[in-house]
Amino acid sequence: MELTALLLSRLQFAFTVSFHIIFPSFTIGLAAWLTVLEALHLWTGRPAYRQVFEFWLKIFGVAFGLGVVSGIVMAFQFGTNWSVLSRMSGPIQGPLLSYETFTAFFLEASFFGILLFGRPRVPPWFYLFSTAMVALGTTLSAFWIMANNSWMQVPVGYVMENGTFVPDDWFKILFSPVLWVRFPHMLLASYITGAFCVAATGAWYMLRREFASEARIMLRMGLYLAAVLLPVQGFFGHLNGDYVHDYQPVKFAAIEARWHDEQPAAEVLIAIPDQEAETNHYQIAVPVLGSLIGSMSFSSKEVGLTDFPPQDRPPVIIPFFTFRIMVGCWLVMLLVAWAGSYLIYKWRIEQYRPLLWLTFFSFALPIIATLTGWFTAEVGRQPWVVYSVLRTADAMTPFLTPRAALTSLVVFCAVYSFIFVFGTYYIYQLLRAGPEGRLVLPPTAAIPNRPMSVVDEHHITPAAPRATAGE
Amino acid sequence: MVMFWVAILAVSILLYVLLDGFDLGVGILFGLTRDEARRHAMLSAVAPIWDGNETWLVVAGVILWGAFPVVYAMLFSAFYLPLLLMLAGLILRGVAFEYRYKTERMRWLWDASFAGGSLVAAFMQGFTVGALVEGLPISDGQYTGGEFGWFSPFAVLCGVGLCLGYALLGACWLVKKGEGDLRDAAYRLIPYLSVGLLAFLIIVFGYALAENLRVIHRWLERPYLLVFPAIGIVAALVAAASVRHRRDGVPFYMVALIFAAAFGTLAISFWPYMIPFAITIDEAAAPHSSLAFMFWGAGIFVFPLMLLYTAVSYTVFRGKVRPTADHY
Repeated sequence: MELTALLLSRLQFAFTVSFHIIFPSFTIGLAAWLTVLEALHLWTGRPAYRQVFEFWLKIFGVAFGLGVVSGIVMAFQFGTNWSVLSRMSGPIQGPLLSYETFTAFFLEASFFGILLFGRPRVPPWFYLFSTAMVALGTTLSAFWIMANNSWMQVPVGYVMENGTFVPDDWFKILFSPVLWVRFPHMLLASYITGAFCVAATGAWYMLRREFASEARIMLRMGLYLAAVLLPVQGFFGHLNGDYVHDYQPVKFAAIEARWHDEQPAAEVLIAIPDQEAETNHYQIAVPVLGSLIGSMSFSSKEVGLTDFPPQDRPPVIIPFFTFRIMVGCWLVMLLVAWAGSYLIYKWRIEQYRPLLWLTFFSFALPIIATLTGWFTAEVGRQPWVVYSVLRTADAMTPFLTPRAALTSLVVFCAVYSFIFVFGTYYIYQLLRAGPEGRLVLPPTAAIPNRPMSVVDEHHITPAAPRATAGE
Repeated sequence: MVMFWVAILAVSILLYVLLDGFDLGVGILFGLTRDEARRHAMLSAVAPIWDGNETWLVVAGVILWGAFPVVYAMLFSAFYLPLLLMLAGLILRGVAFEYRYKTERMRWLWDASFAGGSLVAAFMQGFTVGALVEGLPISDGQYTGGEFGWFSPFAVLCGVGLCLGYALLGACWLVKKGEGDLRDAAYRLIPYLSVGLLAFLIIVFGYALAENLRVIHRWLERPYLLVFPAIGIVAALVAAASVRHRRDGVPFYMVALIFAAAFGTLAISFWPYMIPFAITIDEAAAPHSSLAFMFWGAGIFVFPLMLLYTAVSYTVFRGKVRPTADHY
């Protein structure tokens, strides 16, 4: 395959945005969970809740820091590599992302400082309020990002003037039905990610027979929450499928690997799609199920890929498989969450060590599901960047050379791997150390706007960055 | 509405230059010392606020995209490689704040990435401004310079100049925040950096005259612009006096004032262009519906809160950082 500037730019965007999304999806869920923990602590007064809160706050700090750092690149990348897109859709995407930065910067930055070291200085209710505000900030952030992406998936509320998208109805853009099924889908994905990471940590401690009471809280809350949320996620997943079915038929056909119109349509469970030959190899399909999934009917006609000219079809194999991986992860998570919840309810989970191991390893499942879900949505939208209006190939910076694009891709890969390896290692160290000890001392070295510093309380003297009163 | 967003953008950029300027400057000076206690004190003087400072860059970036998409698209794509290096520098110096305390053995690595990242980021910022002043190759609203069309000796000169400027700002910040050894070392640096900066300004002015840059004509057409250099000179004199009398708090504000004056000079000599002599503010502005949408929420409500928040966090961390020799 020839390394064109277009391909390299797409790879770069995919790499940087995939790297980035891991951290927000984790912190959005975690922020909401911290709010619940703090509320439970206030309500019941149980110190274990407080202990678990303080512990996860530190991990939140590191993940939040990595999310912020990798997010800066996103703000620039639209302009550097996709200048035609940013010029044309700037009047719509620019304001949406401005709101993202403005609200997130304000809510997260200001209240996160109070979270980190404000506990002795504010009343308990205000501390709870601050936790909720951080959670609100991350949620709003997700809302604006989803608003932006949903507009790219199904552009509404604009008129074309002189080759630019001029917004003429912000209400349509912000209350697009597509946005309001995709935003909950992403939010639920974040909550499930948080829940599974917490449950996996609990399972890990239980397997190692340490931190018994905290481990139980983590495992119980994580799995209970996941057990409730996963069916809801399934429902919203279905609604997402409906919007794709109605608004992006070609993406839907690609996900289903359906090459020709069928009535009633079969559902391809697994196959190897062949884009050249316009057919599937080794296909296993269930008759009629395709119509049922697509239109809730036993007889509906479902469109196939060959209804669309080849240059308007996405690469079938990627959305086909990523979608199935996502659904597969969901199924496994559902089994783990339900079986685990049942056993916890019966106080028997400690004897089922294989299930604990499974829970431990399943921390990766929601992350894989989030990534593959995004791959399905984004690759499935191809060859368009703004669906059916602007092609990805036409959106790129016209004078970008392969050499420049390759340079930036290599630099970003190197820098991100570098910081990611160290960041994960520090999170691992925190998890390994566990939730005990150093409970009441606020992390003295930590300061607002410097979230990752929560980790290094051993190393910085309490006096370090503090200011003395007066000059 | 357009003017409102021009003003907000100008405030954001100026805040970024002043705030991240001093902490990038501290990063540059960080590379000049090997003494661990001093290094630690230098970091402590900026650690609580650097991240907030950097956020103003993102704020300026998204305002540019939302309110002036043409400029965002053109500048960011034209300055592809300089921006890439700047971002890499900012990321590496950013994580270094945190990572250097987690290891003894690898600390040299993070120290190098802190100083190096700061230097590269500062240089690239000066470089891009220099290239803008000189004028990018643009025809029919398209950048036509190719991969290295922004390169020029003048831009390199401006990159070096901004490194000196940021270092001076950083030294003044250390004077303001530091005590004892750190403060004295910073005081010793100020004269050298000032002389270097002055030499740079003279060279830049000479170059601009010699090359007959269009910016110079603006100066001749608009003599009232001279009020900004006048402010700069007064500020420089006050700064010099305060350094001589060891008035710790004053030099930083004076150098900041010099920066603000320089910023004002540039902004007004570009006026009404946004990309000098190619794209005007009105040509660059997003449609009214976009500007209004941003105005009624982000503009009049969130932006003042952001300013307030920045002020509050500086108030919380006011005063000198304590010497930390007890630990090392």
